[in-house]
Amino acid sequence: MADLRSNLAGIKSPNPFWLASAPPTNSGYQVMRAFEAGWGGAVWKTLGTPIVNVTSRFAGLNWKQNKLIGLNNIELITDRPLEDNLKEIRECKAAYPDRAIIGSLMEVPDRAIWHELVKRVQDSGVDGFELNFGCPHGMSERGMGSAVGQQPDMVQKTTEWVMEAAEVPVIVKLTPNITDVRHTARAASRGGANAVSMINTINSIIGVDIGSWDPIPSVDGMSSHGGYCGPAVKPIALNMVNECARDPEVTIPISGIGGVSNWQDAVEFLLLGATNVQVCTAVMHHGFRIVEDMIDGLNNYMDARGIASLDEIIGKAQNKITTWENLNLNYKLIAEINQETCIHCSKCYIACEDAAHQCIDRKMVDDVAILTVDAAHCVGCNLCMMVCPVEDCIEMARVETGLPPESWKQRSQLVTS
Amino acid sequence: MASPNPAAGASLDGPGGPNLGAPIHKPLTELEVTLEANRCLNCYDAPCMRACPTHIDVASFIGKIATGNLKGSARVILDANPMGASCARVCPTEELCEGACVYKKDDTPIRIGDLQRYSIDWVMDHDVDLFAPGPVTGKKVAIIGGGPAGLSAARDLRRIGHAVTIFESRDGLNGLNTYGIVPFRLSTDVALWEAQQVVKLGVDVRTGVRVGVDVSMDSLMNDFDAVVLACGMGNVPKLGIPGEDLLNVWDALDFIERAKLGKSVGQLGNHVAVIGAGNTAIDALTCAKRLGVERVTMYYRRGEEQMTAYQFEYEFAKMEGIEFRFFCAPRRIIGEVHVSAVEFVKTAIPAGDAGAAPVVVPGSEFVEPVSAVIRAIGQSRLHDTFSAVGIETDGGVVCVDDALQTSRKGVFAAGDCIFEKGMREAMVVEAAEQGKLVARSIDAYLREGART
Repeated sequence: MADLRSNLAGIKSPNPFWLASAPPTNSGYQVMRAFEAGWGGAVWKTLGTPIVNVTSRFAGLNWKQNKLIGLNNIELITDRPLEDNLKEIRECKAAYPDRAIIGSLMEVPDRAIWHELVKRVQDSGVDGFELNFGCPHGMSERGMGSAVGQQPDMVQKTTEWVMEAAEVPVIVKLTPNITDVRHTARAASRGGANAVSMINTINSIIGVDIGSWDPIPSVDGMSSHGGYCGPAVKPIALNMVNECARDPEVTIPISGIGGVSNWQDAVEFLLLGATNVQVCTAVMHHGFRIVEDMIDGLNNYMDARGIASLDEIIGKAQNKITTWENLNLNYKLIAEINQETCIHCSKCYIACEDAAHQCIDRKMVDDVAILTVDAAHCVGCNLCMMVCPVEDCIEMARVETGLPPESWKQRSQLVTS
Repeated sequence: MASPNPAAGASLDGPGGPNLGAPIHKPLTELEVTLEANRCLNCYDAPCMRACPTHIDVASFIGKIATGNLKGSARVILDANPMGASCARVCPTEELCEGACVYKKDDTPIRIGDLQRYSIDWVMDHDVDLFAPGPVTGKKVAIIGGGPAGLSAARDLRRIGHAVTIFESRDGLNGLNTYGIVPFRLSTDVALWEAQQVVKLGVDVRTGVRVGVDVSMDSLMNDFDAVVLACGMGNVPKLGIPGEDLLNVWDALDFIERAKLGKSVGQLGNHVAVIGAGNTAIDALTCAKRLGVERVTMYYRRGEEQMTAYQFEYEFAKMEGIEFRFFCAPRRIIGEVHVSAVEFVKTAIPAGDAGAAPVVVPGSEFVEPVSAVIRAIGQSRLHDTFSAVGIETDGGVVCVDDALQTSRKGVFAAGDCIFEKGMREAMVVEAAEQGKLVARSIDAYLREGART
């Protein structure tokens, strides 16, 4: 059994799977159920001055028969009294002392109000704080959430206020609704935060009901932009996590958030520089029970590869991301179609013909389409492999060019020198 | 026209007559449709489309189901195949589109036939017009026979704009779809609805009219610019053995027709023998069983492997409790007034030649007590009918050129009357395709005539 214990800036949990601050962590009842299911930690749904919510609040993006590849929401922070939440945090912490409970906080930009909130929540026994500088809807109109997270100086200042009162580690949760997330991550780092977490949800309109012409989620025929999350946002989250992980001015660990649905997603986040992961949409879709396979799958993966602890994964692929100018121009791949496993659907052919480089030949033999790659013209783009419905039928094979690695940067220097 | 069976109720797929039981195939549920339509890979130049005799763009119609464009989906199907409603129910999809599906390799082909049915059912439920007649050309075409081939030809000729008159000897249209396929496979209501979609494009339909009896071929040649022979085949031929005139000896097609229309078939007794092993034999067998006959047995002079019925039909018959006796041929039917027994003789296929005619095993006669005999040994050819009007045939099969024109100028042919003899069964979908092709040929012929 691999050691799945996780430590994010001093916040310890038995595994790296936390629930993100969101509807699944709205109450003690839910957090108790989550911990019973095995979740390593929970970031409590954001505490602040209680609000009033609207109905409806969520909308899903479906793709073919797959439900909720994306989800957006216009729900606000907790609508329950602070005292109720704090009482339940105490109960959960008492019942599950080994799990991490993080208090997510949001308030107006006022030092005294922040100090007051930090102290009150701290007294409940939380293991850390997460400052919600990310919510892109509703609260931002009141000067909170992403309204803070979009201004690096506000991020730094608010973080500094919190650090003055906090006795437990502080995580700053960042919004992706910004040109370059490194600026706000650096600001959090400068403000003294112990970690950053990303990404919060992305500004989105999930769609319009083409029958009624009402946008969704509909609130009496109207809607508002919401926060987008779920499997479809993972690539955006991975990029932002990695940008911060590689940034020398972001000196603190990262909690990865955005479309994590299974252990495989988690491994990717860790490899690109996250220390742990937070999950929401997958739980909203399937319930807390999904953590069982997250733990089991990660364990088996680590055991199979002889990996003893998460430290042996975290950041191990992070520096394999570089700028385009550093990529090797002399590395060549071409597609190879396995004739044994090909099912002759011609998806590769039409994709290459219409959208790539016209280098798959299609010949009818006994009324069956035989598909072969024109190796001389294949540019190795991957498209045919991507559209092929058969696993491993099309493989990208290395072609020896006999040339040493050379990047665009190196080639440009040769030309100019 | 035969009136739709009132027992069918609201559903067009109700059984055509009493006591014949539920349809074999249930429609897919909405969930099944969603899953199945989205599972389709949308292959390019798809094998299913190539395998369909009418070349329905299957990937296109399934894709349209997935996007909720059911009108568009149905139009894709029916544009290629005017008989899309019956084909969705009776096509041997395992042998055609589904057999060619790229998922067939893993034994999970897309349920193309069922999805096609879903689209067409939507049209039946919504009463939309998918096609319109073309601008009037002033040309007139007579179609002899209102079955699938004739209807298909009529539909496309009307879309072009030629005037069409169908001469049909029966009371109702759509031939074997209406009268010759058991109702639990294809209901009369669906068959008649399908015909009506063609008729409503403005086809002059003369039912109960026999060409050569009620109206002469020469008068058709005079009154029309072109004629289509789409008269199919004849009755099931006699076995050519003693005792065939006894009561309870049936032509399978007559038997199925009466059962399907809810007419009496008399007392069949407790053991019905069906002679033959094609799909009509399976229909007769299962129909008799569903009418309540205790034992229903198929007798065939060849073996299981040589049966011309589709494998799935054979499996269905087994599920229905049909018994099978291979390698035996009837010698005589025994009885006073009614059938009481059949004498069979055992047969064998000469060793090493599976295609050879079976030979009788001398001295192997045996008598089976049966109460009725249904012969289902294929359909006769209408030799005399054709020769009387100067149409060349080859063993009763109407001779046509590449444009489906017969030996008589201006007379074309399509469907079962040009179906080559062989081990394979004629299919509705092939008749539909030939109807399309003959419409195209006639249009070219009429345009050429207009130029000269």
